[in-house]
Amino acid sequence: MKRVLLTGNHAVAWAARLARPKVVPVYPITPQTPVMELLTEFQAAGELDAEILTPESEHSVMAACIPASLAGVRVFTATASQGLMLMHELLHYAVGARAPIVMANVNRTIASPWAFWPDQTDSLAQRDTGWIQLYAESAQEALDSVIHAYRIAERVALPAMVNLDAFYVSHALEPVALPPQELVDGYLPPYRPEHFIDPGRGESWGNVVSQDMYYRHRREIGAAMDRVPQTALEADREWYRLTGRTWGLTDCYRCEDAELVVVTMGSMCGTARDAVDALRESGLPAGLLKVRLFRPLPAAELRETLSGVRDVLVLDRNFSPGVGGVLHQELRAALYGMKNPPGVHGYLAGVGGVNVPPQKIMEFARQARVSDAEPEPVWVR
Amino acid sequence: MGEMREIQELLCSGHAACPGCIDALSARHVLATLGPDSVAVIPPSCMAIIAGPQPLSGMRIPVYQPSLESSAAAASGLRRALDARGRTGTHVVVLAGDGGTCDIGFQCLSSAAERDENILYFCFDNEGYMNTGAQKSSSTPHFARTGSTPAGKLTRKKNLVEIMAAHEIPYAATATAAFLPDLVRKVEKAKAMRGLRLITLLVPCLDGWGVPDDQGIGVARLAVESGVFPLYEVEDGCRYTLTGPGKTRPVRDYLAAQRRYRELGEKEIEQLQGEVDAGWERLLEKSGSDPRREIGV
Repeated sequence: MKRVLLTGNHAVAWAARLARPKVVPVYPITPQTPVMELLTEFQAAGELDAEILTPESEHSVMAACIPASLAGVRVFTATASQGLMLMHELLHYAVGARAPIVMANVNRTIASPWAFWPDQTDSLAQRDTGWIQLYAESAQEALDSVIHAYRIAERVALPAMVNLDAFYVSHALEPVALPPQELVDGYLPPYRPEHFIDPGRGESWGNVVSQDMYYRHRREIGAAMDRVPQTALEADREWYRLTGRTWGLTDCYRCEDAELVVVTMGSMCGTARDAVDALRESGLPAGLLKVRLFRPLPAAELRETLSGVRDVLVLDRNFSPGVGGVLHQELRAALYGMKNPPGVHGYLAGVGGVNVPPQKIMEFARQARVSDAEPEPVWVR
Repeated sequence: MGEMREIQELLCSGHAACPGCIDALSARHVLATLGPDSVAVIPPSCMAIIAGPQPLSGMRIPVYQPSLESSAAAASGLRRALDARGRTGTHVVVLAGDGGTCDIGFQCLSSAAERDENILYFCFDNEGYMNTGAQKSSSTPHFARTGSTPAGKLTRKKNLVEIMAAHEIPYAATATAAFLPDLVRKVEKAKAMRGLRLITLLVPCLDGWGVPDDQGIGVARLAVESGVFPLYEVEDGCRYTLTGPGKTRPVRDYLAAQRRYRELGEKEIEQLQGEVDAGWERLLEKSGSDPRREIGV
């Protein structure tokens, strides 16, 4: 497989190109812009056979994505931060329409005040919209995840979002294995939905429904969401068969006999691995549980992995005022009712893009070991 | 009387419009003229009620109902997807109200016009949020009373056609079901063109304007004859053509036919007459028309 140096953003654009979307509405925003620029370059060079629309806002981007997808073609877009916020209403709309759009989101702080740093509050604030959410730690994982996302989204008819941290992933150059087009074509056959909008067919979407129809529709969305973990596992296994790379729904690093497990998402996982190694050298049996699939949260897998662990340290690079860290809250809910549950420590680490080096994670781990796990979050830096 | 026209019915009977509704009548002729190789984009509006409810459809063409503010963007996405599937001849048609066009949906309409998306946009202009019980929109005219302007609107109506013409789109026009041959001709003309084409249709709302059930067409006719709603078209933002009758009546006749103007004083009526006269003069100038011929002297 060809290896090239790519940023996370360019890896995402390559993944989109390999997935052969037919419609790409997109709007520029820091730090997503290189995704948009590379896609337009691909198209101008005749390497991407897609309609690219550049509307006046991210809101219109998502407004265009939904009926394009309903018209039976593969759709891609990318955004970040404020752009995702502006799309919020239509993120719900896309799920209601069962449109398997794939979108990359570069996790960036939300204004006000203005800032451009890595922070996952933007996408985590969309957790109730019904989008499948994956978090990528590296450029390679971002590329693979965008391709996985199409396979998963199209099989369950729900849209999927692939998240990568601003700059740490979006702008860092890494060697990336580029899968050949034929491989991706085999993995992602052309999109042929059962239902689509066409004058030759009597199908419409969006009409007013009764209470009962709405209720049933929401239940069906729930049932589709329930199929995601299995579908995502299958997508990952098939990818492993084809490329030798596997990412899982979650990923464990030295968790086997760990007394303390760090749980986090995105770029912080790489730092946490170094911290785990150093902690083990210093005599603390530590491990890392990386959450890759956040929506739906693979609760059963998390409970199994964390069973018997004394302390769980959640590092949240996000903040929900009044609650604390979103992953902390989600994990506590997922582990609730376990026999001998671990103490779950919620640390707000890296909020606003504050740097979190391995030494800091080691410090947090030692602090957690000698503290009671409280429901309240702990601000650290 | 003209000849009776055989039309292809794409709007079904049994829809949920009010008795005497000009929205439904206008849609009937618009759809019949466009034909079945069309897909409609209908945001929340009276037209969305006419098109529903699930699992029924009031229209014999596929309908996508977007959010209120995103019709032109949604139509753009649909257009591009159909193009990608090789269905370049299918018409993508927006059937929106004036609130969904001039207010909340205006930003994406301006953008679609700038991109010259190949869509046909109809604004069914009943001059307010009639589907929510008659509140003012930016298309509500000066002094008109609505549920949110109980003392009459203090500012003038937004001039949609002029704004869209300023985008230099291939075609922008006004029309109304009261002058049906003109309406049909404009839809046919727009249908044969490509790029973003917009037609704004004056649609008197019987309930919202305070007009008897059988007087919708009569009031629309008065709007044209008084010069309040001139019939014209603009090609490429510069070629103006007046297509309707001249201004032959005082505005007073138009106002007297509607309850929304019921307590208008002489001063306001004179002011409105002045505004209409000035607008008419500007239009004559742009179209290079002879004012004497246009006013029928």
